[in-house]
Amino acid sequence: MKYVIIGNSAAAIGTIQGIRLVDKEGQIVVISDENYHTYSRPLISYWLKGAVTEENMRYRDEDFYEKNDVDTLFGTRVTKINPAAKTVTIENGNEISYDKLMIAAGSKPFIPPMEGLDKVAKKFTFMTFDSAKAVKEAVTEGAKVLIVGAGLIGLKAAEALEHYGADMTVIDLADRILPSILDEDASAIMQKHIESKGVKFILGTSVKEFSENSALLNNGETVEFDMVILAVGVRPNTELAAEAGGTVNRGIVTDQKQAVNGLKDVYAAGDCTESLDITTGQQKILALLPNAFMQGEVAGQNMAGKETYYLNAIPMNAIGFFGLHIITAGSYDGEAFTETDGVKNYKKLVTKDNELKGFILMGDVKRAGIYTSLIKHHISIDECDFELLKEKPQMIAFSRGYRNEKLAGGYGNVD
Amino acid sequence: MKRVYVNEDRCLGCHLCEYYCAFANSGESDMAKTFKLDKNPVPRITVEELDGVSFAVQCRQCTAHPCVKGCITGALSFDDGIIRIDDSRCVGCYTCVLSCPYGCIVIDEKNGGKTITKCELCTRNAAGEPACVSGCINGAIVFEERGED
Repeated sequence: MKYVIIGNSAAAIGTIQGIRLVDKEGQIVVISDENYHTYSRPLISYWLKGAVTEENMRYRDEDFYEKNDVDTLFGTRVTKINPAAKTVTIENGNEISYDKLMIAAGSKPFIPPMEGLDKVAKKFTFMTFDSAKAVKEAVTEGAKVLIVGAGLIGLKAAEALEHYGADMTVIDLADRILPSILDEDASAIMQKHIESKGVKFILGTSVKEFSENSALLNNGETVEFDMVILAVGVRPNTELAAEAGGTVNRGIVTDQKQAVNGLKDVYAAGDCTESLDITTGQQKILALLPNAFMQGEVAGQNMAGKETYYLNAIPMNAIGFFGLHIITAGSYDGEAFTETDGVKNYKKLVTKDNELKGFILMGDVKRAGIYTSLIKHHISIDECDFELLKEKPQMIAFSRGYRNEKLAGGYGNVD
Repeated sequence: MKRVYVNEDRCLGCHLCEYYCAFANSGESDMAKTFKLDKNPVPRITVEELDGVSFAVQCRQCTAHPCVKGCITGALSFDDGIIRIDDSRCVGCYTCVLSCPYGCIVIDEKNGGKTITKCELCTRNAAGEPACVSGCINGAIVFEERGED
């Protein structure tokens, strides 16, 4: 059996580990256009601020490929999948055959057309190690930085650039920060916190026109800069799958074994795919590292012949900015319980149809996974003491039977 | 595989397990001094109690280990039935805190939450065997083989 994997991040590593749970012998070839040992993408901001060494950027040990008997082809782009011939074409024209193929191609920065952007010499995206290295090369002490995008990537870049004494302005078309994971109240608390570190926000507007060192905004303001970080959004890399005849909506569509709809012996995982969000019943792109790894691990087992399903996918994020932590999961449509000190701590629990569907914890995030598990396993709030859960996540809120099963014997495959 | 099991009926809620855990993992040699000197050692076991019910919870070393699977840096690993943390590779993102269904990943307050810590069954400290078990005066926490895996 010969497995070919396109990509070398979390979903690809999950695939390798999944395959090796089942098949210790088959040949595995990993092809990546990046010329690196597998590294953790979310760590680029930590590296930029000097909190992580280049050595510790590695997502797996140095000998990971050797130990798992994986052939690597780094710095090589796959240009085409030929499903009839069961080969992939790489950029030098050579073809590599596969019995089972994994597309773990990830996503790329989305840069909307912006007037005059070509005049800006120092402009960067912030998604890959190379892009972080380029930012580090360019940034000077006290540099004026314009960050376009007040989402996870833009604000992680801001956190890192604070270590260079950068004078930062963040703009976003949305009227609040982190709208993908926070509600309005939590956004406001986090914005104040980040502002207290010297970052300026201009929200509800966009760049009308760039000049060499300034941006004229649609609200009439002008922002001067030495460099620009473009963090508007990301788009899944779906082209290879689409051209080969796979089903693509916003992301690549797979079944719950991670097999690509419309293609045989081709699987996909990670940021290039859609998942079924069980809190809304909607197919969506859950571009999250844990999701990528777990999809990959399920795919790998299926590729190697062991039937496995990826169920219970939900949006979930654990992230901090300038020392203030957030853990969120699920969706926020339903009845909300909120509690806050207005400064740092915020808690929101959302229930619907007698189940916890989502939560936001900011500041005190201890034991948040107990909430996550309620969502993932559709535990009825009638089966637990929800008043105790409002107070804090705790096992004592569950019935004794549930607790005993979980704690006294709960070593099974429960996540 | 021997594991730690809790017995609610025998737990008095005395919190000694928390003290023994924190002490065993503090690297100090005198228990009284460890706590008196306000070094604030962090226990990796938590006693929950309410209205006469109490029990201790720590990492179940579960075979699903969503904390390991979700770890963004590769700092968490699962070997020989134990989930381990390499704190030199932990950046304190708390994705494991988000993932653990038992609430057993502990934020290491001692270093300001820069990393997490967790029960490793005392395999990497001087105790050798789980200190919570040997320190429990009432047999409410046991370390035994139940043949589940």
